[in-house]
Amino acid sequence: MKYIDEFNDPDLARRLLDEIRATVTRPWALMEVCGGQTHSIIRHGIDQLLPDEVELIHGPGCPVCVTPLDVIDKALEIAARREVIFCSFGDMLRVPGTDRDLFRVKGEGGDVRVVYSPLDALALARKNPDRQVVFFAIGFETTAPANAMAVHQARRLGLGNFSLLVSHVRVPPAIEAIMTAPQCRVQAFLAAGHVCSVMGMAEYPELADRHRVPVVVTGFEPLDILEGIRRAVHQLERGEHRVENAYPRAVREQGNPAALSMLEEVFEVTDRNWRGIGPIPASGWRLSEAYRAYDAEHRFDVTGIRTEEPAVCRAGEVLQGLIKPTECEAFGTACTPRTPLGATMVSNEGACAAYYLYRRMTDGPAQRGSRIPREELNTVG
Amino acid sequence: MCLAVPGKVVSIDHRADPMTGLIDFGGVRKQACLEYVPDVRVGEYVIVHVGFALQRLDEESARASLELFEQLGLLEEEFGDAWEQAARQESGSEAR
Ligand code: SF4
Repeated sequence: MKYIDEFNDPDLARRLLDEIRATVTRPWALMEVCGGQTHSIIRHGIDQLLPDEVELIHGPGCPVCVTPLDVIDKALEIAARREVIFCSFGDMLRVPGTDRDLFRVKGEGGDVRVVYSPLDALALARKNPDRQVVFFAIGFETTAPANAMAVHQARRLGLGNFSLLVSHVRVPPAIEAIMTAPQCRVQAFLAAGHVCSVMGMAEYPELADRHRVPVVVTGFEPLDILEGIRRAVHQLERGEHRVENAYPRAVREQGNPAALSMLEEVFEVTDRNWRGIGPIPASGWRLSEAYRAYDAEHRFDVTGIRTEEPAVCRAGEVLQGLIKPTECEAFGTACTPRTPLGATMVSNEGACAAYYLYRRMTDGPAQRGSRIPREELNTVG
Repeated sequence: MCLAVPGKVVSIDHRADPMTGLIDFGGVRKQACLEYVPDVRVGEYVIVHVGFALQRLDEESARASLELFEQLGLLEEEFGDAWEQAARQESGSEAR
């Protein structure tokens, strides 16, 4: 167990692993929902430290990855307009649209800006009254309250030159879709801790009950993940299916009431298309009636843009945990972070990127954590 | 952007609208919106995501996470120059 020394508390990690090993009597498949968790798992080789019976399946919790291609194309179209300052989080820059990305649009003269917070975009709108400032509002429940605040402020200030291109997604309907898929193998969920910091845990008991699946709210540091796995395995072995909070230092039962009430004011639930997966009912948010005027899709008349996703990219299957990234034909050959075919290869939280960075064939620069035996790597292509 | 990073509240501007505070993330200091943690005090720790404090955190776990983030280079990922990162990615020379 040589890599365990990289943990910030190796003794605790060892104890948790021992306990998992002592508890498990048969194979179980657990899905970690959050892309940050996926990266932590691959980076620290947690999946390889676990007993063979415990399999981790990577979930759809990367907001950059699940943003559909047509939304990216809408963003590119808006960003290329002369009157627009297009603001985005940095990790959207290289997500491929049909024939280019935001990085390219900037190179071609588009005014694309990276902001750290949606409030930075709002500040730009105040400073540039003669320009249209559009913020690319993607993300799960963790990010939505920030974007809600930005548009709420814009309305209060009467800013006519600020709008949001909204592509918000919600976790529980995605869990529902995964559990009802015929090929589903998931037997327990490690729920995304920071989503629950905002939303609380109220949405999960019904899901856990109906699908008889344990849901353990889990953080994304290595020890948090081991603790989440320990609790999930414990429940599975005893035939239980409860909602548990393994991340109490950041998650309260009721979530964050101030953030929740802002969400409720600004957004309303809508169906959303997930990149590679397709439409999931009630799985997203859009601006509510009172804020509709701040919707960039209408303001710039791009609602009609529809695009097909490249057939070769199997990100949809990766995002649903049906295949591992290395099972995709294009992985590491046609598709690399430099020439990404899908968002899961570009995003910091994408599963394909995690495998590429930490589990690549050894002909690249030596990577910490890249320790798959050579035989296995031959199948990678 | 998916990260939520713990930091210490250094100062609070109650008159700012929305309410804002200066947060120290292990040396990197940034403004964050505090509207969602309305009763937070100077010296307490919070978890910050895209410029918004989402929950309070006890000091011990905040320090431990920050140290880990630092080790893993996650702070650079979160606060570093995204254009540089994108250019590095495009030229295929990204090194982590
Ligand atoms: S390796 Fe590339 S092409 Fe294959 S699923 Fe991942 S992003 Fe898509």
